[in-house]
Amino acid sequence: MTDQELIWRIAGGSGDGIDSNSRYFAKALMRSGLDVFTHRHYPSRIRGGHTYVEVRATPDGAASRGDGYNFLLALGDSFARNPSEDAYYGNEELKPLSENLDDLREGGIIVYDSGLIDDEQVEEIDLHERAEENDWHVYPVDLRGIAKEHGREIMRNNAGIGVTAALLDMDTSEYEGIMEEMWGDDILEANLAVIQDGFEQAQEFDQSHDLEMPDHDEPEEEQALVSGSDAIAYGALDAGCRFIAGYPMTPWTDVFTIMSQNLPQFGGISEQVEDEIAAAALALGASHAGVKSMSGSSGGGFALMSEPLGLAEMSETPVVLVEAMRAGPSTGMPTKPEQADLEHVLYTSQGDSSRVVLAPGDQEECYEQIRTAFELAYDYQIPALLIYDQKLQGELRNVDASFFDREPDGDAGSVVTEEQIAEAAEHHAGKFKRFQYDADEGKEGVSPRSVPGQKGGRFLATGNEHNEAGHISEDPTNRVLQMDRRLGKLESIREELDEKGNQTHHGPEEAEYGIMCWGSHQGTVFEAVDRLNDAGHSVKAIGVSDMMPYPEAEVSEFLESVDECLVVEMNATAQFRGLTQKELGRFGPKLSSLLKYNGNPFEPAEIVEGFESSINGEELAVNNMKYVPAAGD
Amino acid sequence: MSAFSAIGEQREAEEDEFTPGIEPQPTWCPGCGDFAVNNALKKAMANLGKNPDEVLLCTGIGCSGKLNSYFESYGFHTIHGRSLPVARAAKLANPGVEVVAAGGDGDGYGIGGNHFMHTARENHDMTYIVFNNEIFGLTKGQTSPTSPKGHKSKTQPSGSAKDPVRPLSLSLASGASYVARTAAVNPNQAAEIIAEAVEHDGFAHVDFLTQCPTWNKDARQYVPYTDVQDSDDYDFDVTDRQEAGEMMYEVESKLYEGEVLTGRFYKDDRPSYGQEKRSTGEMPEEPLAERYYDDDAEWERCAEQLIDKHT
Repeated sequence: MTDQELIWRIAGGSGDGIDSNSRYFAKALMRSGLDVFTHRHYPSRIRGGHTYVEVRATPDGAASRGDGYNFLLALGDSFARNPSEDAYYGNEELKPLSENLDDLREGGIIVYDSGLIDDEQVEEIDLHERAEENDWHVYPVDLRGIAKEHGREIMRNNAGIGVTAALLDMDTSEYEGIMEEMWGDDILEANLAVIQDGFEQAQEFDQSHDLEMPDHDEPEEEQALVSGSDAIAYGALDAGCRFIAGYPMTPWTDVFTIMSQNLPQFGGISEQVEDEIAAAALALGASHAGVKSMSGSSGGGFALMSEPLGLAEMSETPVVLVEAMRAGPSTGMPTKPEQADLEHVLYTSQGDSSRVVLAPGDQEECYEQIRTAFELAYDYQIPALLIYDQKLQGELRNVDASFFDREPDGDAGSVVTEEQIAEAAEHHAGKFKRFQYDADEGKEGVSPRSVPGQKGGRFLATGNEHNEAGHISEDPTNRVLQMDRRLGKLESIREELDEKGNQTHHGPEEAEYGIMCWGSHQGTVFEAVDRLNDAGHSVKAIGVSDMMPYPEAEVSEFLESVDECLVVEMNATAQFRGLTQKELGRFGPKLSSLLKYNGNPFEPAEIVEGFESSINGEELAVNNMKYVPAAGD
Repeated sequence: MSAFSAIGEQREAEEDEFTPGIEPQPTWCPGCGDFAVNNALKKAMANLGKNPDEVLLCTGIGCSGKLNSYFESYGFHTIHGRSLPVARAAKLANPGVEVVAAGGDGDGYGIGGNHFMHTARENHDMTYIVFNNEIFGLTKGQTSPTSPKGHKSKTQPSGSAKDPVRPLSLSLASGASYVARTAAVNPNQAAEIIAEAVEHDGFAHVDFLTQCPTWNKDARQYVPYTDVQDSDDYDFDVTDRQEAGEMMYEVESKLYEGEVLTGRFYKDDRPSYGQEKRSTGEMPEEPLAERYYDDDAEWERCAEQLIDKHT
């Protein structure tokens, strides 16, 4: 990335309005013509606790968090617990200023709220000495005072925005425009006055820094600022999903909330239910009755869905489930990202798995792949799962607004009409052959599906092994025919997925080294690949989305074309590398792993460093990642 | 025109229509109370003029779950304890379908107890029949949530130290709007109660005493029974929550003293969940399932309705 980048971090306590302010700020930068990308860090706590959001803005594409940050707006935590030297949580009030300060780049700017953080506290962390060493430019401003003067204390964030704009030589009009869309009358007036006061005070400062607003032009095309969760929910709605059932759990709650807020106006139904077993079971019930439906959860809640998921496989009830990963095991770290549920999602539930699992790498892929999940689920009568994580869930990125200009899909898939039922192959003692062995519906293994209320279509759906009409059967011949038919669908699905091309390639076509990743840090890996090639390395990358069925041909071709490949993932046991070795069985000696599982997503520089250490056979210089060398198959 | 022409058709129906050609003969043990549930359900559906193609029967796991194999209709034989969440969603998705859920006492009052409580609370417009035989039958005779205190089994060798669940009281407290108990030995009452339950607009819970002649030999055959509505000894108002609650408590206690009391215990006309949800604007007026099978259906687009706020 060029020097032309701003990484603005706003830090405070939960409840200080960090989330909304950073969203407005990112939107203002987007409207100014910059590409933006946000990174959220927050505790599992309603009020207080160190939380921050970074907004990265560049003129030419932002697809990842950056390396550290160059602007800190430290509000102080207004909900901090009483500071005590003995408490393990330390001085919470100060944390927004003191935490991760080492990551602030040389030449960076610090603005802190001197209305909340006093000189004595600043001395505690030797701020001025460190600022001198690192060429940081420190601007204490009484943001709280400004906010109180014109409105309420909660508006101090906007005083910080005014100060930010003045220091970066940024026009406040885009931001003020967003305020006008949000608020009316008195609240708007007060907020605008707070912004202007902050701006004017900062203009008076003796400004010694070089950082300024990156170059920008009017955007060529209208942009939309969306999170992975927005994209998943919108993709589901455009896929014709009109039923969702769920139970709150971070980070899954996002998709569930967005769907619940929009389904009524889309003529659909959302159900918040007693637990995740019920949630998945409701999704099956609605689907059985002919509606496109979904559910989802995060690790622990998804564990409860294991049995309904198996029922969907056995009864061939189409359904889409979303798994939003967070750091585990068990309750783990509820608000921190990790990619350690891959094996859980692939294999949970008894018996041989027959499901589709997709892992989108960015916002556009979230939208497209949830649509693919619905299409495959309803065409093939199979559960389709979308797995993503806390990182992609909440990070915002600008996408061409026209990207969403798609036709909705109200097709219920392989459901037959009453006329077709009447003409269907002979019924089994009065019952429709819902699970016919050899139906030729154009898709391998897919049998005709009827739904309750259709005349002549009655059948029995069951989790037991069953005959063609759905009645329980333990006949060995039938068993094998039904198992082979159900599992056979995965081969056709693999072919369809291969045609769709969900995998994303980056870097030169011919390269010595490869990097493989899956899911949310795809953009970070691709940025690292660009830097590595600029630095003279020969590297290309593939971001894999199809987890099941696995894209054997495409990944084999990629791995054949490189000498060695580093597999980058956010877990401790290299689950995706393991999957790749299991599926392909012949690239073990080429595959090494770069793993991170400390609760923070990769920065591009970390991947650069991990790659260079791996090819030079050196130890990693930092202890927040782990390198695991190739070990054969 | 509806894509579901079996729904709501006025017709004369025969009990035989609900007997599957594929498995006309159940595999329950001779003398099992489950036969009576099947017969009563068939009779009720025939009397109500239902078409097997407009009925969805969702069952759990156990001998009771086999009901799906011996009752002709659309069926969903789900997993242990989970018939209710599957059933109630199907009803929301297509309110025209006549939805019945059924399972055993372990299924409904044990492993699925949470779903029982919430489905009753929400008052979904459906019928729930619990085959209550006070035992786990299919797994060969373990103590169940309704087994009496002191019940000895292979898994409770010294006798159960637990008081049994009070299913009627639990149902009332949870919010069911129709609560009745019938017994396998009383086929006419059973068919009438099930028909009432099906007709009831809300969550109708029928605790159906079904003797297990194989694994609960010590248990009574639920004879003699008393229908509280036919007896001069009992006088209470089924629409009065407090009186109903007191009556249920007595009925539950007496069962373990050897006296079988059956009948209707509670009836409330509060709106069903579907009605409530439609009144808040969170459920479409037309059955949701219909639009998927209507070529002229209009589908909302995110691009038109939702993207603006992100720009």
